[in-house]
Amino acid sequence: MLDALVSGLQLVATLDLQLWQIVGLSLAVSLSAVALASLLGLPLGAAIAVGRFPGRQAVIVVLNALMGLPPVVVGLVIYLLLSRAGPLGAFGLLFTPGAMVVAQTVLVLPIVAALARQSVEDAWREYEEQLRSLGVEGARAALTVLWDIRFSLLTAVLAGLGRASAEVGAVMIVGGNIDGVTRVMTTTIALETSKGDLPLALGLGMVLIAIVLVLNAGAHLIKEAARRRYG
Amino acid sequence: MSAILPLRLEDVSFAAGGRTIIERATLSLEAGPSTIILGANGAGKSVLMRLMHGLLAPTTGRVAWSGEGARRRQAMVFQRPVMLRRSAIANVTYVLEVAGVPAAERERLAADALWEVGLRDLAHRPARVLSGGEQQRLALARAWALHPEVLFLDEPTANLDPSATREIETIIKAFDAAGTKIVMSTHSLGQARRLGDEVIYLHQGRVLERAPIDRFFPHPASPEAAAFVKGELPWA
Amino acid sequence: MGMTSRVLLAMLVCASAQAQTSYITVASTTSTEQSGLFKHLLPAYEKKTGVQVRVVALGTGQALDMGRRGDADVVFVHAKPLEEKFVAEGYGVQRFEVMYNDFVLVGPKSDPAKVGGTKDIVGALQKIKAAQAPFASRGDKSGTHFAELQLWKMAGIDIAKDKGPWYRDTGSGMGPTLNTAAGMNAYALTDRGTWLSFKNRGDLVISVEGDQRLFNQYGVILVNPAKYPHVKKELGQAFIDWIVSAEGQAAIAGYKIGGEQLFFPNAKR
Repeated sequence: MLDALVSGLQLVATLDLQLWQIVGLSLAVSLSAVALASLLGLPLGAAIAVGRFPGRQAVIVVLNALMGLPPVVVGLVIYLLLSRAGPLGAFGLLFTPGAMVVAQTVLVLPIVAALARQSVEDAWREYEEQLRSLGVEGARAALTVLWDIRFSLLTAVLAGLGRASAEVGAVMIVGGNIDGVTRVMTTTIALETSKGDLPLALGLGMVLIAIVLVLNAGAHLIKEAARRRYG
Repeated sequence: MSAILPLRLEDVSFAAGGRTIIERATLSLEAGPSTIILGANGAGKSVLMRLMHGLLAPTTGRVAWSGEGARRRQAMVFQRPVMLRRSAIANVTYVLEVAGVPAAERERLAADALWEVGLRDLAHRPARVLSGGEQQRLALARAWALHPEVLFLDEPTANLDPSATREIETIIKAFDAAGTKIVMSTHSLGQARRLGDEVIYLHQGRVLERAPIDRFFPHPASPEAAAFVKGELPWA
Repeated sequence: MGMTSRVLLAMLVCASAQAQTSYITVASTTSTEQSGLFKHLLPAYEKKTGVQVRVVALGTGQALDMGRRGDADVVFVHAKPLEEKFVAEGYGVQRFEVMYNDFVLVGPKSDPAKVGGTKDIVGALQKIKAAQAPFASRGDKSGTHFAELQLWKMAGIDIAKDKGPWYRDTGSGMGPTLNTAAGMNAYALTDRGTWLSFKNRGDLVISVEGDQRLFNQYGVILVNPAKYPHVKKELGQAFIDWIVSAEGQAAIAGYKIGGEQLFFPNAKR
């Protein structure tokens, strides 16, 4: 384990260009996917939380279950869709970072939506009467509550980011782990492991964990600062 | 635009969880006198107000306003105010935006409302860090900005200390003076006498008595009301 | 909102920049990728032509499937019968031989089946089965797996029927299979290239090598543009032409690990 730590620190210290290119791509792909998934998933979760429609309970159960979508299955399905032999092949997205963003967005969307739904539903109990009294209903009410609890929603977004940066199954299949093009941290770790270079793989793993830790710490600080300022 | 009052409750009942909470209430609320809804805990005051305001639908019976667009011409202040996570003035401009007031006017109307309730200096403070009394005043400012014809208040000072209570009562009187009909529930008989013109006494979900303030307090007609007034008096 | 837009904009710029680089997609095998051959070969080609070669490394079976789906411009694999079938079915234009290396049988130093140092792979497999010594197979439709199955057949063993708990089907690439073999002190068939660059050998050493039947031929095929019009046929053909040319062949021969040459160019001129 110790040589793993040393490997990792050496990589960082020597500012290995390839490493930083891989880290940059990993962040670009996962952050883009989380941004897209949040843009779609937060309002979706809020709408389900506030809305009343037949089958609502079933929708909630399915949404929660989709949080556990296996990345490798998502990768396979997206691959089949984006393959030249598939329906969306004309876009030529397969084996590009774009395909990886699509796959990770699909993975992260249920997580963000399900957690947002729970948070908004909990908050709705507090806000519902007052908002309805003020004549605020439907989509407007959902968005108002969503914006009001924005700092709590960071937790949902972070959960999504955790899932995206940690997964290897989806990005491996739709990205192809192409050197210099679609190779990200997790697929590099998988590759180095299969080449038997375990210390290097572990070192990379530690770099990955450190990055995710930093992102989480940053988000936590934002939440605390906001709590003190806005109450 | 015709007046939305009188508000008529026709044989209104409300049941939930197998229990009847309001039983066959029939009454008419006219413009003018401030109406106090009085009753013991669990009598159904809050539910009755929510039925009138439209937050609850009656199980049987009808709640009928007289004019068009009553939904937007009334407001309610709750025992615990719910503020949005933004500045005090932003909370007021928010309701003005919902009401369709053009952007150019919102700031001005919001500032006026805040001045009216004495919160002008706290306009840009985050609403959620304000004290209980200040938040309740902000709730009244929100209502003021809409210039409602009816203002419902559900035990608005139950959680406040005496000085904050006085501030709230002053503002309620200002609403009354401006022509808004006040419908308020309260525990405090003193408050009822200070602010009310008539009393509706609720007992276990039934409207037992309705009388002008001057006649109700010295001589409540029903034995239940009399017991209530006597029992509550030490804490009035 | 500003932050999100900026990230998305950066991605868009990156994506369009990449779209402007001309490139071809080559479906190849894990043995060529993991041996480090491409890392040695491709930068020279890219510098010379300005065309980026994007290699997706899978098993031979998967790589050919990728060609069948039109997701690659060129396939570069090592299983002659499968490659010829690929062309015969109309998915490939023409097969060119490029290079060969050989397979070796690696096994634990303790050598429970007593096959170490021999040159007879078929005999060795029979001894392994008789001794019920642990054997790790790739089991993933790769060229290596295909070769392994051929060798069992040559040994007169119906491995699908006769395998026991000693035969471990890992269903994974060469590296993971070697990891497994090292972990459970099992025999395994591997290509020399991957073995030379494999770092997690544990107690494994080369047990059997040099048998003519361990010869492993690589072929390169252009995916048929008649079937998939979007295939980059000029750029793909240019790559094939280069790799069978004197220059490409010399580059292949020039790749060594620890002074040892991994792949031997043998394109027909």
